[in-house]
Amino acid sequence: MKAKHQRLVLVVLALIALVGAGLLAAYALRNQASYFYLPEQMQADPPQVGQAVRLGGMVAPGTVEMQADGITVTFTVTGREDSAVPVRFAGILPDLFQEGSGVVAEGRLAADGTFEADKLLAKHDENYVPRELQDMDEHQAAEMARETTIGIE
Amino acid sequence: MIAEIGLAALWLAAALAALQLVGGLVAQRAGADAEIARLTRPAAILQGGLVAVSFASLLWVFAITDLSVKLVAANSHTAKPMIFKLSGAWGNHEGSMLLWVTVMALAGALIAAVERRLPEKTMQATLAAQSFVALGFYGFLLLASNPFERLAQPAAEGLGLNPLLQDIGLAFHPPTLYIGYVGLSVAFSFALGALLTKQVTPDFARAMRPWILGAWVFLTLGITAGSYWAYYELGWGGYWFWDPVENASLMPWLAATALLHSASVLASRDALRVWTIMLGVVAFSMSMLGTFLVRSGVLTSVHAFAVDPERGSFILFLLAIYIGGALLLFALRAGSISEGERFSVASREGALVVNNVMLSAILAVVLLGTLYPLLTEAFDVRVSVGPPYFNPVSAIFVFPMLAIMAVGPLLRWRRDSWGRISKEVALLVALLLAALVLFGLLAEVAILPLLGLAFAITLGVASFLPLRGRSLRRAPLSLWGMVLAHFGLAVALLGMASESAFSTEKLAALGEGDVTSVGPWEVTLEAVEPVAGPNWTALSGRMQVSYSGGEPVEINPQSRNFWAPAQQTAESVLLTRWNGQLYAVIGTQAPDGRWQVRLWWKPLVTLIWYGGMLIALGGILALIGRVRSDLRRRSAKRKGAARRLEMETVK
Repeated sequence: MKAKHQRLVLVVLALIALVGAGLLAAYALRNQASYFYLPEQMQADPPQVGQAVRLGGMVAPGTVEMQADGITVTFTVTGREDSAVPVRFAGILPDLFQEGSGVVAEGRLAADGTFEADKLLAKHDENYVPRELQDMDEHQAAEMARETTIGIE
Repeated sequence: MIAEIGLAALWLAAALAALQLVGGLVAQRAGADAEIARLTRPAAILQGGLVAVSFASLLWVFAITDLSVKLVAANSHTAKPMIFKLSGAWGNHEGSMLLWVTVMALAGALIAAVERRLPEKTMQATLAAQSFVALGFYGFLLLASNPFERLAQPAAEGLGLNPLLQDIGLAFHPPTLYIGYVGLSVAFSFALGALLTKQVTPDFARAMRPWILGAWVFLTLGITAGSYWAYYELGWGGYWFWDPVENASLMPWLAATALLHSASVLASRDALRVWTIMLGVVAFSMSMLGTFLVRSGVLTSVHAFAVDPERGSFILFLLAIYIGGALLLFALRAGSISEGERFSVASREGALVVNNVMLSAILAVVLLGTLYPLLTEAFDVRVSVGPPYFNPVSAIFVFPMLAIMAVGPLLRWRRDSWGRISKEVALLVALLLAALVLFGLLAEVAILPLLGLAFAITLGVASFLPLRGRSLRRAPLSLWGMVLAHFGLAVALLGMASESAFSTEKLAALGEGDVTSVGPWEVTLEAVEPVAGPNWTALSGRMQVSYSGGEPVEINPQSRNFWAPAQQTAESVLLTRWNGQLYAVIGTQAPDGRWQVRLWWKPLVTLIWYGGMLIALGGILALIGRVRSDLRRRSAKRKGAARRLEMETVK
């Protein structure tokens, strides 16, 4: 480049690329980020059928059931105020999936009101509650913390 | 006693870091020969030794399972195998922060001991910057997360370690990544040192380069190992989830890759001065941001094990000081650094600038996607950002980068013309189009995997073109390093594209004796039997699998129950052939007695990690080549000086 202001040109080009990346990212994020729902939110204001969302709550005890095909599992995810969403999941349950503990289901709402999950994220160790569940139910969280942190102090 | 030695060594090391900081700063005022300034290097070296003692003490208390130490009681267990007792030392928050500080202090000691080519004053400024960063982390360790804290009453037995973490991958994955993260602190310190003294020279880039290369090699290995760990341990069949913790390691890697290339422009051609400094600051900032994301628990992740939200604010505070301070210094001083050499657009430098801008754009895309959930949470909207965002948006910048990567190394430094390499470019374009048409017509492949396959093949060929017309034996090691690293990326890309284009998956409920198939494999579940290990019991599936009618092989995926702490994990089985992997997981039993079985056939998937290793190997070769030529130059200089001295005495 013969121009005297090569440095300036380089800086401007780099800025254009970076700002472009930023704008593109912002645009894509608005459309592609999947939204997170608590069970009470999903009941009050359900997402569109088929839209990719996440649902987080507690696996209601006694509701986990294996269907006749041997691969589909159904259970109910509960949140505050007696809210409950039925979930259907075909696959192997994650290692830390348990009744009465937290779960985040990734998937979409079906027309019949069931949440079709294609991925389940369970809490990761006995001391850890998924971030999204933290303020779900303080009483339950305190209970869980007490149950799982015996031994120290 | 051992724990107290470790703690005392840590306090002493922190005091030495303070001395080092003062020494380095005094040098900027009073000159490099001021009495206290001359203590900078010895302080750094001694500090490295003390921190090593401290880390060794922690390993010791874990090795003997000293249950009066809180950290051991909370994270270890007498029944654990020795290797996992040791890896438990850094499989938790306090231990991993001590590991961080250890690597940082050892790196500081090493530059203090060996780096002599920069002006002494710049070195002292560099060491001051290094100790400034280290001090924050010493403070964090000693005040907020003391790894050597004792229990008033020794525990009767340890609480164990998360069974997912009782894995050989864990023993080496986090330390590898940490060495990479922290190795970038050296580049950061060099950048700050150069800003303080305004000495941005090719020598500065040469001094910095081995550290970037080393850190980059470790980051590459760490990411590769982490991805493989997630792949076989989580049992989901995926190797990359665009999870915040994964992104936390990818972002410093992207920045370090850009820095590596811009530093080589600065070293060879004395151009891109300010840009290199900027990247030096950004790369380590990304490391610290990554540590913050991983350690603070602000983001949900499949990898986050040792999280503690309260400590997050401390790390955030450190982050603000270091990144903010460095950027402020950059803003104040960048203008006073004079412009480097010019170059034309069609030149090696030009191509490297485009590569750098593309890498930075990818970095921006990943960074925004990772932080976006945090931003929206401030407005009480919770979102998750996943592959539907990351894959297409980063691809927009990845493919142009790959294209420039294929032709850039063919260009000459300073000024070149596209006409000179038109034959090579034509060959590569033809190859790319042929591959696109071939795969597009033969198989039904989505657009991104299709582009991936075609670019992988083109880049695979292109990466060897810089060797054309050269004697293979005489080509410098660093050139081989570049060739291998670029080829490694092509190999990894081929693995990713092939995995995404040609994988087949089967989810089935099998009774004993049932047969199913996935891809070319036929799978028979023979029986499910109970087995026992040192600290677990398991249900183990016995399966016979045969590849397109060939000799059957037995595999045993397990569903394990650990009892300290009580937890269930699926042990998947991977059967590797040269052309791909069979991946089998066994789940729970249905009421009618059948077992859930999940199977994948993933053609060429192993290339992803072989590619990663090739990239790292390229980095190692380049590192050896650079260090060797540095040593040679240094000894030539010494000989020249001795000769001159001789001549003068003769006169």
